[in-house]
Amino acid sequence: MEGFSPGFTGRPRAQSQGLPPGQYVTESFPVLSAGATPRPSPTDWELTVRTETGTVSRWSWSEFLELPAEHVTCDIHCVTSWSKLGTSWRGVSVDTLLDGTDTSAGFVMARSYGGYTTNLPLGDLLGGKAWVATEFDGRPLEPEHGGPARLLVPHLYFWKSAKWLTGLDLLVSDSQGFWERNGYHRRGDPLLEQRYS
Amino acid sequence: MSWMPTLVVGARRETSEARTLELAITGWPGHVAGQHVDVRLTAEDGYTAVRSYSIASSAGSRRLEITVDRLDDGEVSPHLVDTLEPGHRIEIRGPAGGWFVWRPTESVPQRPLQLIAGGSGIVPLMSMIRTHAEASSATPFRLLYSVRTPELALFRDELVRLERDDAHLDVTWAFTRVSPAGFPTPPARLDRTSSVAAVFAPELGAVTYVCGASPFVESVTGWLVDAGHLADDIRTERYGG
Repeated sequence: MEGFSPGFTGRPRAQSQGLPPGQYVTESFPVLSAGATPRPSPTDWELTVRTETGTVSRWSWSEFLELPAEHVTCDIHCVTSWSKLGTSWRGVSVDTLLDGTDTSAGFVMARSYGGYTTNLPLGDLLGGKAWVATEFDGRPLEPEHGGPARLLVPHLYFWKSAKWLTGLDLLVSDSQGFWERNGYHRRGDPLLEQRYS
Repeated sequence: MSWMPTLVVGARRETSEARTLELAITGWPGHVAGQHVDVRLTAEDGYTAVRSYSIASSAGSRRLEITVDRLDDGEVSPHLVDTLEPGHRIEIRGPAGGWFVWRPTESVPQRPLQLIAGGSGIVPLMSMIRTHAEASSATPFRLLYSVRTPELALFRDELVRLERDDAHLDVTWAFTRVSPAGFPTPPARLDRTSSVAAVFAPELGAVTYVCGASPFVESVTGWLVDAGHLADDIRTERYGG
C-alpha cells in the first residue's frame, strides 16, 4: 500500500497499541441505534430466558436486582471502528441466569424492547464472558446506552451487546438478528475483524 | 468485503467545513441510497486509520461521492476535507448498510418519506433525495433540515432547486444560529412544537429517517414518538459521542 494517502500522518501510534485491527480509541461514548429509544417502565420490565423446548424463566425488575451482580471492567469495540478502553459495568452474569437450565441449544437470539434482535452462539455467552448490565460507570445505565438493562458481550463487536434487553431465546439452530440480516457478520469477532457478512 | 484501491478524481468544497470527494473504483458495484463506505488512510510507516462516511451521490448515477464534514479533533476528516487532492489514492470498503436505506422501487405507493437531518446528517438523506429526483419517484418526500447558519448548510442551492422542480419534495429549513436575509422566522433550535409541526402528520403513516449528532436524533425521535408517530416507522443513524 506504499504511496497511499500522501500527507496523512495519523494520531500517535501508542493509542492504537493492542487494539483489534482497524479500531481507534475514543474517550467519548458514541450512541448507535437503529430507531427511537425504547423506555420500558420498571413496573412493566421483565427479562425472560426461553429454552428450545419452551420452558421460560422470568424475572421482574425487582427480582432481577436481587440476583448476584458482578463488577466488570472491559474494553468495548464498535463495528464503526471506535473502541473504548477500561469501561466499568455492573451486571448479572449470563451463567447465573442460565444456571440449572436444561438445554441442548447451541445458539441464542437476544431480544430487546423496540424489536431489536441479535444472534450469538451460546458459547459466547457462557463461562464468565457475558453479562446483563444495569450500571455503567457506577450509575444506572442511561436509556440511550440501553438502560434499564443491556447485554454486555465485550469480546464481540458491540452490536451483539443488545440494548434494552428483554429476552434470551435458546435455539438449536442459528438464525439472523437485526444487523445480521442487514449485512453484518453472524458472529462479529473484533480480533478477526468480522464486520460484514 | 475487502479493501478496494480508490482514485480521488474530483474534490469540491461545499462549505468552509465540508468537501465532497468524487471517487473512482474499478468494478464498483453501485450502492443503495443511504449506504456508507469505510475509508482507510495509510501513513508512510504503514499505520492505518478507518472511518465510515455516508455516500452523497444518487444510487442511479452509479457515481461514488462522499461528503465529509471536518471534525476539529478528528484524525481522518481533516485530511479528507483539507489535504486530499484529485489524483491521490485511498482505500474504500463497501458499500455497507441495509437498514438506513431507501430504494425507489420498494416504496409502498404513496406512503410518504419524512427525512430529518441535523448538520452533516443531511448526507445520506441527500443521496435519497437525489435518487428520488432522478427516478422521478412520486413518493411524497419531506425534508426537515436543521443547520446552524446558511453558510454551513450543505447542498443548499441544490435543495432549493430540487424543491422548486420536484412536486413531490418539500423542504423545511431550521436555522439555529443565523437565518438568511428575508427568512420569515428568527433563528431557533428545533423544539418539540416546531419539529412536530414540520413533519407529515402521524396518520399519514410516513416512514421517517433521522440522521445527525446523537443528542439531536435522541430529542427529535422522542418528540415524534410522543406525538403519536410509530417507533417502528422511525429509522435513525447517529454520529458522535
